[in-house]
Amino acid sequence: MTTQIISDIEEAEKGTSLWKDAWLRLRKNRLAVIGLGTLVFFIAIALLTPWIAPYSYQAQNLDLGATPPSAAHWLGTDIFGRDMLTQIMYGGRISLAVGFVATAVALVIGITWGAIAGYAGGRVDAVMMRLVDILYALPFMIFIVLLMVVFGRNMLLLFLAIGAVEWLTMARIMRSQVQSLRQQEFVEAAVSLGLSPATIIRRHIVPNALGPIIVYTTLTIPSVMLLEAFLSFLGLGIQPPQTSWGLLISYGAETMEEFPWLLIFPGLALTLTLFSLNFLGDGLRDALDVRGSRD
Amino acid sequence: MWRFLTSRVLQSIPVILAVITVTFFLVRVAPGGPFSSEKAVMPEVKAALEAQYRLDQPLFQQYLAYLGDLAHGDLGPSFKYPGRDVNELIAAGLPVTAELGFYALLVAVIIGGLAGVLASLKPNTAQDYVPMTAAMIGICMPSFLLGPLLVLVFGIYLDWLPVSGWGDIPGDKLLPAITLGSAYAAYIARLSRAGMLEVMSQDYIRTARAKGLPEWQVVVKHALRGGLIPVVAFLGPAFAGLLAGSFVVETIFQIPGLGRFYVQAAFNRDYTMILGTTVFLSTLIVVFNLLSDILAAWMNPRLRAQFGDH
Amino acid sequence: MMRELISLHIRTERLISFAWLVFTMLVLAACSSSESNVSLGNRTGVLYYGIGAEVQTLDPHVVSDTIAWEISGALFEGLIRHNAETMQPEPGVAQSWDISDDGLTLVFHLNPEARWSNGDPVTAEDFVWSWRRSLHPAMGNVLTDSMYPIKNAEPYSKGVIEDPEALGVRALGPHTLQVELENPTPHLLYVLDSPIAVPVHRATIEAHGAPMARYTKWTRVENMVSNGPFRLAQWKMYRFLRVERNETYWDASNVALNAIVFKPVDSDTVEEKMFRAGQLHVTFQLPVTKIPAYKAVVDSPYVEAPLLGSYYYLFNIDRPPVDDIRVREALSLAIDRDLLVEKVLLGTERPSASMVPAGIPGYAAQQHAVFNPDRARELLAEAGYPEGAGWPGLELFYNTSENHRRIAVAAQQMWKEHLNLDIELTNQEWKVYLDTVDSRKFRMARMSWIGVFPGPATFLDRFVTGGASNRIGFSNERYDELIQHLAPKAKSRDQRFELMSEAEKIFMQEVPVIPLYNRNGKHLVQPSVRGYYPNILEYRNFKQVSLDPDVGIWQWPSEDE
Repeated sequence: MTTQIISDIEEAEKGTSLWKDAWLRLRKNRLAVIGLGTLVFFIAIALLTPWIAPYSYQAQNLDLGATPPSAAHWLGTDIFGRDMLTQIMYGGRISLAVGFVATAVALVIGITWGAIAGYAGGRVDAVMMRLVDILYALPFMIFIVLLMVVFGRNMLLLFLAIGAVEWLTMARIMRSQVQSLRQQEFVEAAVSLGLSPATIIRRHIVPNALGPIIVYTTLTIPSVMLLEAFLSFLGLGIQPPQTSWGLLISYGAETMEEFPWLLIFPGLALTLTLFSLNFLGDGLRDALDVRGSRD
Repeated sequence: MWRFLTSRVLQSIPVILAVITVTFFLVRVAPGGPFSSEKAVMPEVKAALEAQYRLDQPLFQQYLAYLGDLAHGDLGPSFKYPGRDVNELIAAGLPVTAELGFYALLVAVIIGGLAGVLASLKPNTAQDYVPMTAAMIGICMPSFLLGPLLVLVFGIYLDWLPVSGWGDIPGDKLLPAITLGSAYAAYIARLSRAGMLEVMSQDYIRTARAKGLPEWQVVVKHALRGGLIPVVAFLGPAFAGLLAGSFVVETIFQIPGLGRFYVQAAFNRDYTMILGTTVFLSTLIVVFNLLSDILAAWMNPRLRAQFGDH
Repeated sequence: MMRELISLHIRTERLISFAWLVFTMLVLAACSSSESNVSLGNRTGVLYYGIGAEVQTLDPHVVSDTIAWEISGALFEGLIRHNAETMQPEPGVAQSWDISDDGLTLVFHLNPEARWSNGDPVTAEDFVWSWRRSLHPAMGNVLTDSMYPIKNAEPYSKGVIEDPEALGVRALGPHTLQVELENPTPHLLYVLDSPIAVPVHRATIEAHGAPMARYTKWTRVENMVSNGPFRLAQWKMYRFLRVERNETYWDASNVALNAIVFKPVDSDTVEEKMFRAGQLHVTFQLPVTKIPAYKAVVDSPYVEAPLLGSYYYLFNIDRPPVDDIRVREALSLAIDRDLLVEKVLLGTERPSASMVPAGIPGYAAQQHAVFNPDRARELLAEAGYPEGAGWPGLELFYNTSENHRRIAVAAQQMWKEHLNLDIELTNQEWKVYLDTVDSRKFRMARMSWIGVFPGPATFLDRFVTGGASNRIGFSNERYDELIQHLAPKAKSRDQRFELMSEAEKIFMQEVPVIPLYNRNGKHLVQPSVRGYYPNILEYRNFKQVSLDPDVGIWQWPSEDE
């Protein structure tokens, strides 16, 4: 019992100093800090949209039509006379939600899969990782297109489909982390104390593998958001009246010559978010000293 | 080494079989059939059509028949384009997509390589950040945004380059290649930056410097060769990825490639064409992954020694 | 180890220098100027013509969509053709034709000079064989109903009669063809130059497989034999399809063009850019948002003309709440068609509440609804949903397309504003959408329809009880009688149109559809193109088209002028 407490304390101390160090290093990386700031800003806006959006999401003004940015409509209006800033704010809610939820799906599947394979080792590990190899070999973009065509467009499927693609790398990272952590003394101590594998994984392994997981997560979100945008571009993603940045871009591209602001502003929003996430991910990788997590 | 190779090849077979099976049954679940149209098809006509394409048989029997044809290399007739068969459609689309992929890779190597090398020469300075950030645009700007923007600027405002087509007008391959390639430029920039940083700290570079060679000669003549090896290893999988992912660019620029055929087939419920393209692309990806594994093994000195033994 | 690395370095270096070489070549190629299609075409008599998608097949009997129609008109020739300007019939393979006094027998006298592109004469037997083929159910042609006026065509095309001899078409001699009709049907002449009625070369088809097979290779460049003003020269999928003047054509001296290059472009925005870059003489379509600018310039290349088509929303009249006629009518009256067309479609279509579009000579389009939000609210209240209270919800299905979306979004807003009704929009990808509509899993859905001959029948006859394209559950005895029995037996066009008009009224009294607008054909046409006539059927007669070599490429007037 005492050993348990001591090891927990040690671990906690080790944890805090590690995180403190990482935070200090991250703060020195200017690009990463800007990325973090931008991201927090976008997320805050997305959360507050229903209260702060300048116009109603659905309200049309057919007489107004598409107008360039003005004092009344900072980012202009679309062909129905709807305020573009409002559209982008609501679109951001969906785009970010897809990014986070689908990544969470990938995270859960990937971590569980990788942790079990890494912890069990041997034949179980071989079979599980072979399956990952097999799935890696599939042309996934093609499968997602097919899935969306077959089952129709719905949000849940979108999350599942994207999550199902993105968990593979996560599983590989988790497995290698678990394999190296298993050799560590504090894990062996926990094993000798008779703790169940699930508890060990939850209490000792996951917290220690957190660094690479966080880094990979920040890099997965942008690729998920891109995927959603791709699908929306092909007409297979989000369904109107809901909108997303990808959908707004695909509408905007149709009329980019007459109404360039309809393409440029949603494009800018998506690009800025992706930039921020990538900078933050890179910064975190340097700060947490994680190698080779991007492949 | 041969054991490694054989086992890898054997492992690929169930992968491809799984792809075929899943795709075959998946497309049949999709609502809407290949023959539906705005003007409703009369039941008599529909029955006659289904009989002609074997669609009236039990699904499992159709599946076995498909596998049988596949074993002979026959991917079947296209439903959407009567008179064309899938083999021929793939044969028509593949060279276009492969050419596009090749140019895109070229663009990626040139932009990414340049950015990576520049960045590696003065790490953690403006010369590092600016090119690496520029290269990142490719990742952060989806091709369906970058494509239209390039068209807007170079095709319309400046009127320098054609806006669509493939091989119709000189220069019409440039914008699609840049659009598709830029997504990979950032990866190549990272790889070459890391590779160069590692090489620049090697002994033979120090020797070259000690000999009093100017810095640019050290870089070009000595460092570049070693620093870009990781990039070369990356090209195989990247090319496979480009082939499978080119359909957005092909759609934007109206390029008659495999990706566009695939997407159209999916929308048209051209069962045989969807299957054919999926099987073909999966096989291609498997083969490219295999090749890059072999290349990696061959470049890895320890594994290479085994190569020599056998 | 060192040596290995060096050998790898050399390989890498070679690869890099090769890469630079190719890149330089690409850039050089991009910068070298070249003659545009249009100026090249004007000089050499080659028309560059946009088609909205890759043609599915060149077998005219298999697919009869708009694109197949255009190309078939160049490659093949039926008994007659039409003057695209006047829409009057002109000799095709038939030099002349007689109609019996009872209007039930047509005799066509074929031109003995008519030849296939391999030199064989075109005979009456060719037509007999071809029609037996095109109407056969195995060919899967969805337009067989346009040939139903021919005796026994309907039962034969449905497989009820299997004996091809029963079909009312006979060769009385090598150059005399007799066609027997079910009823006097003058408009059959309009159908006789459509793909389903053109002859195909029997020996060629039989050399490449079964006559009724859809997927033999007789349509390939190396195999194709045709009888039209042009013959197939090149066919690169998704790139272009080139037809060249057919020297064996009986009237070759009156064909002005040397060749036509059909360019499949499925994006209207891309097509418009290609036009501006001088890559196309004629576009297939034009994005709505670009039209106002084109309309505003002087000497505009924009050609807009009424098209025989209507756009409307369908109700599934068996399902609540739209099983209540008052609800349907309220929804129809709450639509401001003028505002919709003016603001959303930027005035490029013709707002209309008619089921049969305007433009049919001798048939007046009727307006079945006028924008009246007050009356709409009353009706809705009577139906039990005052101001939208207790509304059970309704969804509008449309297939994925920018224009359909815009119209649906605007209509949704009008229903909200005038009736306080929430209508959900559901867009579906085309094939899924067709499935929804065909299996009647909808309550309200978008539809549009285009006529193949200038008569109201195409727009009305599919709503007969149990019709395959009925889809809405409409059924009315008087209507069926008018459409199926009385109108076909009418003695004159005016009498027939009167009966049809009565049928349209009966139909629209039930408000089973909300007509929104009549369609327009919208194209960009280079000023060098002569003999291009817009008409309500979008019928092209490439024999009439020529190019003026002295006219340059159309260019957008510069702003300071």
